[in-house]
Amino acid sequence: MTRDRVQVLCLSVAIGVVFVLAWQAFAGSRPPGKGLPGPLAVGATAWQMLAHPFYDHGPNDKGIGLQLGASLGRLALGYLTASAGAVMLGVILGLSPLLYRAVNPYIQVLKPVSPLAWMPLFLYTIKDSGQSAILVIFMSSLWPTLANTAFGVASIKRDYLNVASILQLSWPRRLVTVILPAAAPAIVAGLRISMGSAWVAIIAAEMLIGGTGIGYFVWNEWNNLALTSVIFAILAIGLVGVLLDAGLARLSRRLAYTE
Amino acid sequence: MNEGNWDTSTLRERAAERAIERAVFGGELGRRAFLTAVGATTAAAALASVFPMAAAKAIAQDRPGPPEKRDLKIGFIPITCATPIIMAEPMGFYRRQGLNVQVLKASSWAMIRDISINGETDATHMLSPMPLAITLGVGSQSVPYVMPAVENINGQAITLATKHKGIKTAADMKGFKFGVPFDYSMHNFLLRYFLAEGGVDPDRDVQIRAVPPPEMVANLRANNLDGYLAPDPFNQRAVFEEVGFIFMLSKDIWPGHPCCAFAARRELMDKMPNTFQATLNAILDATQYAHDQAHRKEIAAVLAPKNFLNQPVEVVEQVLTGVFPDGLGNTRTVPDRIDFDPFPYHSMAIWILTQMKRWGYLKADVSYRKVAEEVFLATGTARSMRALGQKPPEAPSVKHAFAVGKTRVFDPDKPDDYLKSFTIRRT
Repeated sequence: MTRDRVQVLCLSVAIGVVFVLAWQAFAGSRPPGKGLPGPLAVGATAWQMLAHPFYDHGPNDKGIGLQLGASLGRLALGYLTASAGAVMLGVILGLSPLLYRAVNPYIQVLKPVSPLAWMPLFLYTIKDSGQSAILVIFMSSLWPTLANTAFGVASIKRDYLNVASILQLSWPRRLVTVILPAAAPAIVAGLRISMGSAWVAIIAAEMLIGGTGIGYFVWNEWNNLALTSVIFAILAIGLVGVLLDAGLARLSRRLAYTE
Repeated sequence: MNEGNWDTSTLRERAAERAIERAVFGGELGRRAFLTAVGATTAAAALASVFPMAAAKAIAQDRPGPPEKRDLKIGFIPITCATPIIMAEPMGFYRRQGLNVQVLKASSWAMIRDISINGETDATHMLSPMPLAITLGVGSQSVPYVMPAVENINGQAITLATKHKGIKTAADMKGFKFGVPFDYSMHNFLLRYFLAEGGVDPDRDVQIRAVPPPEMVANLRANNLDGYLAPDPFNQRAVFEEVGFIFMLSKDIWPGHPCCAFAARRELMDKMPNTFQATLNAILDATQYAHDQAHRKEIAAVLAPKNFLNQPVEVVEQVLTGVFPDGLGNTRTVPDRIDFDPFPYHSMAIWILTQMKRWGYLKADVSYRKVAEEVFLATGTARSMRALGQKPPEAPSVKHAFAVGKTRVFDPDKPDDYLKSFTIRRT
């Protein structure tokens, strides 16, 4: 480990310790059971939940592992379909400046809409709450990937495309060997942003639809004002988010290139 | 025919009657001869004196044809109003009717409405104004619903934030921000009624917001709400958390008012009458069981865990037994704080419709009675209750007495006069 990294690590741990101590001091000043629960209480809850992550007491009470699994399943379905669609559309828009400029206003209007705002519409039309939640994920992970792909493809060096033309590469080969690799760093950057917003949206969507998932878990614990469980769930959500992002970060390092 | 195919129960009663008559008189010929001689009514009466006809009918009724569908999903919101619907699953009331029911917790009234309309649930817990509103297409797409049973009567309360301890009357509440669980709820209509009778215009002098029940206590604590008229356990939970006090029980506005209900798409009743009947029988049995004060502690223990209400058992017990701290330092004993009575009086529906009209939710002119009879299945439920050995009220429509207000008696035969008697109204 370099000296620099040791310093960062020490500082990071110090910040964490100070935060936890301050939290404990703040929470400990209140009588137990009232006000904000302290880190010790949250730790006890976490211990309990992690000891039995996969219990299943019927449709309304499942372990934290099963809840996270349900959320990740929804995320995978919505995110993967959205990403496939966004990359395809992005390539087309990136290659055709005319089309890009024509479609752009629509993208700009739809992009800032919170994906949750679509929920009532989906519920009304699709008539299935589970699929509606997946579509919410779809909407939330579409735009960043789409915009980044279009941008990445549009800014591919002309030389690369010219060489592909001279070699008379077929369309699929041109796509696979030139366009996608050249735009890959931009695409993966988009995928990372999309993953973040999808993971944020799924929690909120599950709080709305109920049933299963970590969002439902938070809602159910809120019902009972069980703040230790809510705090534990927040930590779990954050941790899973970090893992998902780390996976994509590795992918992005592998696909990076210098010109 | 208002109650559609569901008339099979009447057919079944008559079939039972005839079978017994045939058995007694030795075949169809002897029966006919006897009937012509003395007349059908006398014959039935004579027979009833020697044979327990009602019981035989009940036996026939108890076993409707096999349910067309056995695996059902029934939605619920985690509040004590849903007691019979929820407890019927863990306590085996559905199983005894040959049904395999999963009760599913829903997160909000809008969601429970949508998953029921979508058919993700077969039958559902609703607020009693909801099946009326959905049938009329008010605040929803229009889908015909039926409501064969009320779940609970009473059982709600006006809870105010602790800082408002000095408040005594509605007039002191001007400027308040109130929460109710849903627009189409008894909570909304009772709160509006109470405020207006105290001279407070619920649309102009206060703010009333729809807030999902779980968020109410947190909002009270955060000073976002001054109070709410809400289902329990969230009134008692505010006391438990020391953030509010129980200002008034809803039974002190309208004693015996309906609150939550058991409802289903009319389609279920029409296409699967046996399933519908079996589910209703389970609900009626569970409701009667819950009505008995002696069972309330046992029920509180069944409902409190995470799978159902997810509340401290102490709080649920305080609600169901009616022995509770009110947040002002008193322990009150009110056995009928919440009660369970399934009978869906048409007159209850008519009152709800007058209030929907009064506050501008219902714009069109509709025949209150016709809608009430279509949705609140008083006649069929009375028959089912009798078949189960319960005693339904004689009349499907009665005058209701209020504990608050100028016009204390609601006459369902004169809804327009009733509506005109209010000075504060939007119509």
